[in-house]
Amino acid sequence: MTISKTETLPVRSGDDVVRVRQRVRALAIEIGLGLVDQTKIVTAASELARNTLDYGKGGDVRAEIVQAGLRKGLRLTFEDQGPGIADIDQAMTDRFTTGGGMGLGLGGAKRLSSEFHIESTPGTGTRVTIARWK
Amino acid sequence: MSMDGAEVLSRTVTQDEAAILEAWLASLREGASLQSGRIREAELQTQAKTVFGQLREALEGGLDADGGSFAPLRETLGEISRSRAIQGFTPTDTANFIFALKEPIFESLRRTAGSDASDLAAGIVAVGKMLDRLGLHTMEVFLASREEVIGRQGQEIAELSTPVVRLWDGILALPLIGTLDSARTGVVMENLLQAIVDEEAEIAIIDITGVPTVDTLVAQHLLKTVAAARLMGADCIVSGIRPQIAQTMVHLGVELNVVSKATLADAFAVALKQTGRKVVRQQAAPTVERR
Ligand SMILES: Nc1ncnc2c1ncn2[C@@H]1O[C@H](COP(=O)(O)OP(=O)(O)OP(=O)(O)O)[C@@H](O)[C@H]1O
Ligand SMILES: [Mg+2]
Repeated sequence: MTISKTETLPVRSGDDVVRVRQRVRALAIEIGLGLVDQTKIVTAASELARNTLDYGKGGDVRAEIVQAGLRKGLRLTFEDQGPGIADIDQAMTDRFTTGGGMGLGLGGAKRLSSEFHIESTPGTGTRVTIARWK
Repeated sequence: MSMDGAEVLSRTVTQDEAAILEAWLASLREGASLQSGRIREAELQTQAKTVFGQLREALEGGLDADGGSFAPLRETLGEISRSRAIQGFTPTDTANFIFALKEPIFESLRRTAGSDASDLAAGIVAVGKMLDRLGLHTMEVFLASREEVIGRQGQEIAELSTPVVRLWDGILALPLIGTLDSARTGVVMENLLQAIVDEEAEIAIIDITGVPTVDTLVAQHLLKTVAAARLMGADCIVSGIRPQIAQTMVHLGVELNVVSKATLADAFAVALKQTGRKVVRQQAAPTVERR
């Protein structure tokens, strides 16, 4: 698998979340994703960026255009140095929230992506990677 | 005895002012800014003269473009940059205003330095450094102003795009446009609830055709708005959920639990029906005569 483009965006304010969505939309269009897939990855990115901001106390996102054989994909890695998640299964459960949200962000992001990976260490931080393939 | 850069430069811009100004203006005239009509010749002349005068005075205090003697000049250049950012000049055009001064001053140094090569060299290095610094200052102000303009436009859009429209007696529409997070949502909700009270509305149609992304936060805001409207005695209809958004919402797992319609027109028809009204055609549709 090769990476043909990498860029990093900050996630430190509400405006940053908007910018992340706009950038992800542009990259999704660049690799030729259709309207539905664009909307899916943009929405997943919006969920994860907001978690990074609200629970991770801010961080950044790395966006990569990846290629495996003839397939192109968009991979996004959200990373923060926040408090981390003690029980990942619980956090992934629909309707579980510690912040008065709907508790659907993580599960939703997983369902909206082709690949989903989460790592978290309490006290160190959280990293969530998603990908959407064309 | 040879002089330092500041002295050489100071002497040159004082003795050769007219020639330098003329060459500078000639070069500015060729620039795209005047050609495109964004700025008038007279305005450009005034700006050039002011800047040149302040440059001459600044040089009496040395060569440090960040120093105190340059403060009025930096101020003027900042103002010029700001106005250009607002008028929509390109960065190149804006930076060229100051960079176009290099060549004329070099020329003048060559003419006035006479036979002293070290004077000439000192002068050229000095003017290069100084104008580069001023050029950077120009760009910094330009970029900051552009960001300000963009930020303000964003805010204006946020404020503009939350109107509540009265469609009929007791029927309101709230066409949402743009991102729904940030400070906007509170304003939107307040406007709608106030309008429901003022109009004694029975039905409020929230149209989200113009909302690019519906994530859990937006969904939650919509649900809260619907619940609050219900408490005020109005039912909500959500319209304009585009197919790709509907599909995404299913994957997210959010359900709005309100009546939803594809278009605002469909929602309006439902609203009329629910309030006991019906739209009828008074005459048969006019037939188009064909020849
Ligand atoms: N980056 C993170 N750092 C620390 N905790 C996190 C992070 N992301 C998620 N969590 C925890 O996982 C929980 C579930 O997250 P999820 O995104 O599914 O729901 P939510 O953010 O609470 O609500 P919603 O996203 O539906 O508005 C959060 O409430 C929070 O406790
Ligand atoms: Mg969330």
